[in-house]
Amino acid sequence: MKLIFEKSVAGRRGVTLPRPDVPKRAIIDGKYTRKDAAPLPEVSELDVVRHFTNLSRRNFSVDTNFYPLGSCTMKYNPKFTEAIAGFPGFTELHPLTSHLGQAAMLVQGALEVLYYIEQLLAEITGMKEMTTEPLAGAHGELTGIMLIAAYHRDKGNKKRFVIVPDSSHGTNPATAAIAGYEIISVPTGKNGCMDMESYKAKLGKEVAAVMLTCPNTLGIFNTDIKEVAELAHRYDALMYYDGANLNAMLGKCRPGDVGFDVVHLNLHKTFSTPHGGGGPGAGPVGVSGKLVDYLPVPKVVRNDNGTYALSEKKPKSIGRIAPFYGNFAVLLKAYAYIMLLGREGLITASERAVLNANYCLAKLKDVYELPFERTCMHEFVISASRQLKHGIRAIDIAKFLIDRDIHPPTVYFPLIVKEALMVEPTETETKETLDRFVEVMREAAKLAEDDPEILKNAPTNMPVSRLDEARAARELNCSHI
Amino acid sequence: MKIPDNLLYTKEHEWVLINGKKAKMGITDFAQEHLGDVTYVEPPDDNKAVKQFEMVTTIESVKAASDVYAPLSGKVTQFNSSLEASPELINKSPYEDGWIALIELSDESEKKNLMNKSQYEEYVTKLSTRE
Repeated sequence: MKLIFEKSVAGRRGVTLPRPDVPKRAIIDGKYTRKDAAPLPEVSELDVVRHFTNLSRRNFSVDTNFYPLGSCTMKYNPKFTEAIAGFPGFTELHPLTSHLGQAAMLVQGALEVLYYIEQLLAEITGMKEMTTEPLAGAHGELTGIMLIAAYHRDKGNKKRFVIVPDSSHGTNPATAAIAGYEIISVPTGKNGCMDMESYKAKLGKEVAAVMLTCPNTLGIFNTDIKEVAELAHRYDALMYYDGANLNAMLGKCRPGDVGFDVVHLNLHKTFSTPHGGGGPGAGPVGVSGKLVDYLPVPKVVRNDNGTYALSEKKPKSIGRIAPFYGNFAVLLKAYAYIMLLGREGLITASERAVLNANYCLAKLKDVYELPFERTCMHEFVISASRQLKHGIRAIDIAKFLIDRDIHPPTVYFPLIVKEALMVEPTETETKETLDRFVEVMREAAKLAEDDPEILKNAPTNMPVSRLDEARAARELNCSHI
Repeated sequence: MKIPDNLLYTKEHEWVLINGKKAKMGITDFAQEHLGDVTYVEPPDDNKAVKQFEMVTTIESVKAASDVYAPLSGKVTQFNSSLEASPELINKSPYEDGWIALIELSDESEKKNLMNKSQYEEYVTKLSTRE
C-alpha cells in the first residue's frame, strides 16, 4: 500500500476554498511565517477517504479478533459506555468551569460522577480515599510512590530502597527509580511467588515500600500476601499494589483488606475503556488512612447542602499531578460500567476471566511447558521451551497466530520464564473463541515437530511478511521525508 | 555454547578478563543467546565508579532491556565505542569484539567471589535443566 504522500499529484485538490472576503492582515510577525508551502500531499477527497478506510481495515483490534495479550486485559468494552461518554451534557463542558467558584453549579453532574467513581473504586479496592487525577497506569504508579515518599519525609523516616520481585512489570522498578529510590529485586520462589526467605533477608529499616502485582505476572495469587504486608509494616515500609491484574479479583479480595497502603488501577484494563491503541487511559490511586493527607489536590468534596465542589484544602498534599481532573471521559465510562454490572456483575466478570484462563491452560499444558504448576488466575504463562528443541521460539508461534487471525499473547515476559507466552483470554470471550485459540496453539505445537519451516516463515497472509525487528530497532528511521 | 577458560564469570552472566590492575568485561555467550538480537548498549559515564555486582550499564535487545553488572569494583575507563554503531557485535562475538568496558580495579581480591570456567559451566547447566 502506498503512502498518502506517494499518491500526491501536483495541483490536485480535495476542496475548493472560497476567496477570502476580509482584508489580509499580518497577525503573526513575518519572521515566524513559512516561506514555502508546507509539503502536504495533494490528493482528492476520495483519495483521502479510500486511503484511510483501507488503512483502518488493516487494523487489528478487539472489535475484529481475539486479543489474548497477557497482562493487558484486552477485554471487549461494551459500546454503551461510549454512548454515555458522548452525551453532549458531558462533552460540551469546559474543564475550567468547576474551578470558577459559583460556576461550579453549572457542572454539578460531572462533579457528582467524579465524587461517586472515587467512592466506588475505594469500595472495590478497600481503600480509604482515592484520587482520579492520574492519566495512566504509570502516572498512577509515580503518584503512589510520591505519596509514599511524602509520608516518609513527613515522619522523618530515612528510607532508601524499594523492594520489587523479579517477576514485576518493568514500570515498578522504573517508577521507584524515577522517584529517587534504589531498587532491591527479590527472586521468585518455586511456588511462582516472591521467595519469602530472600524477601525477609532483604527487608530492613531503610526500605520505603514493597511493590507487588497481585495476582502476579505469572497469573498466580500470592498466598503469603498477608505475611508479606505484616513484615513490611514492622519496618514502616508501605505496601504498594499494582492494579494491572485487578480483573482477577473484583469482589473476591480487596487490596486494602490484606494490608496494602497504596493501589493504582488501570481503568483502561478492568473498567471498560479500549486500550492498546495509544488512546487515553486513567490510573486512579487509592490510599489507606496513613496517606490520605498527602493525596493530590484538588479533591471533589460534597458540601453539607448536597452540592459538589473542588477543594484545594490539603496542606500536606503532594500538589497537582495533572491538569484539570484526570481523563474525565475514561472515569465516566468506568462509572457507567460499574453501575451497569453492579456488585454481582463485577464478581461474575472476575470469575469468568479466571475460568476462561484456566480452561485454556488445561487444554494446552500437555503440549507446552508450564513453568509453575498451579491453578492460575485471569492469565497464565507457558513456555515454548519444548518447541525450542525443534528450533522454534515463542516469537515464531506468535507470528503464526497472526496468520490465523489471533493476536499473539505477550511474549518474552515475564523475564524469568524462558520463551514465555503469556495468555490472558478475559471474561468477554465465548467458549467457541477459546476452543479455536486452543486448536491453533495445538496446531503450532504440532507444526514445531512436523514442519517447523511454516512457523519460521509466518506470517504469510498479512500485508507485510516477518519484519526485521532487530534492524528496525538498530536503524531508527521514522520519517517519510 | 562457548565458555573460554581464561575468564572469570558472575552469576548474572558477565565475564571478566583480569590483567593486573586492569580488567576487560562483557556478557557471556549464554547471556547473548538468551537476550536475542541486541539493539543498543548504553555507554556508561566516563570514569563511572562501580561496585562489584552493581549495575554498570544497560543492554537493550528485541526482547528486553537488561542491566549489566560490574564483575569487580573500580572505575570504568573505557567503553567499547564500536558497540554504538554495531551492537550486534555482542551477539556475534561476545568474548572478543563484543567486549563492553574496561575497568581499573580497586580491589583485586574480589576475584574470589567469581566463578571459573568449570564452576560457571556447572552453574549454567543447572539453570538450563531447571528451565
